Amino acid sequence: MTTLHRFTLFVAASTLLLITAGGLVTSTDSGLAVPDWPNTYGYFMFSFPMSKMVGGVLYEHGHRLIASTVGMLMIGLAFWISRLDDRRWVKRLAWGAVAAVVLQGTLGGITVLYFLPAPISVAHAGLAQIVFCLTVSLALFTSPGWRDETAEPVADTILARLTIATAMLVYAQILIGATMRHTGAGLAIPDFPLAFGHVIPPEWSWPIAIHFGHRVGAVVVTLAVVATASHLLTHHRHQPQLRRLAWLLIGFVASQFTLGALTVLSERQAGINTAHVATGAALLATSVLLALRVHRHRFSDAPSRARIDVSATVPTTPSLGGVR
Amino acid sequence: MDVRKSWLLVSMVALVLTVACGGGGETEAPDESAEPAAAPVDDANAGNITGTVMLEGTPPEADTIRMNSDPACSEKTGNATLTEYNVVGEDGSLANVFVYVKEGLGDRSFAVPSNAVELDQNGCQYSPHVFGIQVGQTLTVRNSDNTLHNIHATPSTNAEFNTGQPIQGMTFDREFDEVEVMVPFKCDVHSWMNAYVGVLDHPYFGVSGSGGVFEINTLPPGEYEIEAWHEILGTQTQTITVGENETVEVSFTFTVSE
Repeated sequence: MTTLHRFTLFVAASTLLLITAGGLVTSTDSGLAVPDWPNTYGYFMFSFPMSKMVGGVLYEHGHRLIASTVGMLMIGLAFWISRLDDRRWVKRLAWGAVAAVVLQGTLGGITVLYFLPAPISVAHAGLAQIVFCLTVSLALFTSPGWRDETAEPVADTILARLTIATAMLVYAQILIGATMRHTGAGLAIPDFPLAFGHVIPPEWSWPIAIHFGHRVGAVVVTLAVVATASHLLTHHRHQPQLRRLAWLLIGFVASQFTLGALTVLSERQAGINTAHVATGAALLATSVLLALRVHRHRFSDAPSRARIDVSATVPTTPSLGGVR
Repeated sequence: MDVRKSWLLVSMVALVLTVACGGGGETEAPDESAEPAAAPVDDANAGNITGTVMLEGTPPEADTIRMNSDPACSEKTGNATLTEYNVVGEDGSLANVFVYVKEGLGDRSFAVPSNAVELDQNGCQYSPHVFGIQVGQTLTVRNSDNTLHNIHATPSTNAEFNTGQPIQGMTFDREFDEVEVMVPFKCDVHSWMNAYVGVLDHPYFGVSGSGGVFEINTLPPGEYEIEAWHEILGTQTQTITVGENETVEVSFTFTVSE
């Protein structure tokens, strides 16, 4: 494992920590505990006294400190990749991640200054997941396994489509969840598993519709994960990298479903609510990793054996040879 | 490192420094808008309203506020502060009820008082918990605590604001532009802190005190709709007639479901 790959893993882990810290901010309703931005109560961000990190400030200012640190780590990572990696598209992806994290910080500032408008807050939450997926993808692309010339290609059109669909469904579900979170609809349906004692809510309003949509989304995502994982474990059991990701997907979706139920039953207990956000991010990242692994042959740096084998066996899958 | 990368590095550092060092200063100048012309109210004929607010039923017991998240709060109060949702006397009298003239003043206009109304943050609680103010009157928010607070008003009609007071003794002035009953305040640092202000375009309002008693004085004779507002129990209205030099007694009774 190279030092660059280790550092990329560290940045990805830091990004997950940042998402968790952001989840804590919303779960504790601390989003406006620091009224100004980019300063903190008039202090330069990094000189704000530790003794004043109390109550909601601890969560909001802590989130800002972690975000700034992640931003600097991302810039460092982009420079490192630019120096060491010979693939132009990986360099571009790294700088794209930097641009995304800068935009993310700006959205965070705007949402504070304008008292948490839901569209901005949802965009902030949605972009956070994209930033995390970018760092996880970079960790994959810089890994020795990605460039393993002996790796067996995945010539399976069904699996290729399932993995893409699963990743997209998980992301859509996260966006619905973020909308629910930032419109105060988290307890719009207060019971679980039923809705006001019924399978379908007897009354409807926007908060109820958003909340119920998230529950339906959970079922859809679970079915997609089960379909993907069972197909993979049936037809590609002999490939340990894919098998591990399939089991991780199953584990994360089961945890996430449980945490979602507990979030309602505990009336949005902050710890459970935050764990729900973090596990959602882990589920998305795993689904993206699996999709990338399965579509490995479509990248320009794929081992030559993979490109030849797959182009010969799966003619319906178009090549991404232009990604260079 | 080639020239392009050098420029990229310089740009990124400049961006980070701009974001991190940007100014967040905020100054609030008092609005010098002209006071509306006051319609004469003849004090010699004016009447008064006095009354009490009572609570029927067993109110939920007040909870002890856990201030452990900020030692400056718990050290000052000794963790003995109770919630103020239902402040009920032994005789059932209910405090912190905002009582005001809702209808009946017609198109009269009233001078804006020159004195400021103060909202203090002391012991990590707002004091007073419920109060009234006139449109255009200065509200002075003070931080008497040795910790930071943010004053976050979440009105429906007036402009929302959220201002930080990191230093003990700081004050902050603000005015409201529109009538609104009530405007909630909260502190996002200390989640238990909340207060309410009733913003009116006249001076005829009061808040029930510890004995449930309130007063509304120097009211022109006439027929009025009076409303009593409580943060948990909602509102009640009554129509009364105030005669010349008359003091009308009014009582409100809120009920708690068992």
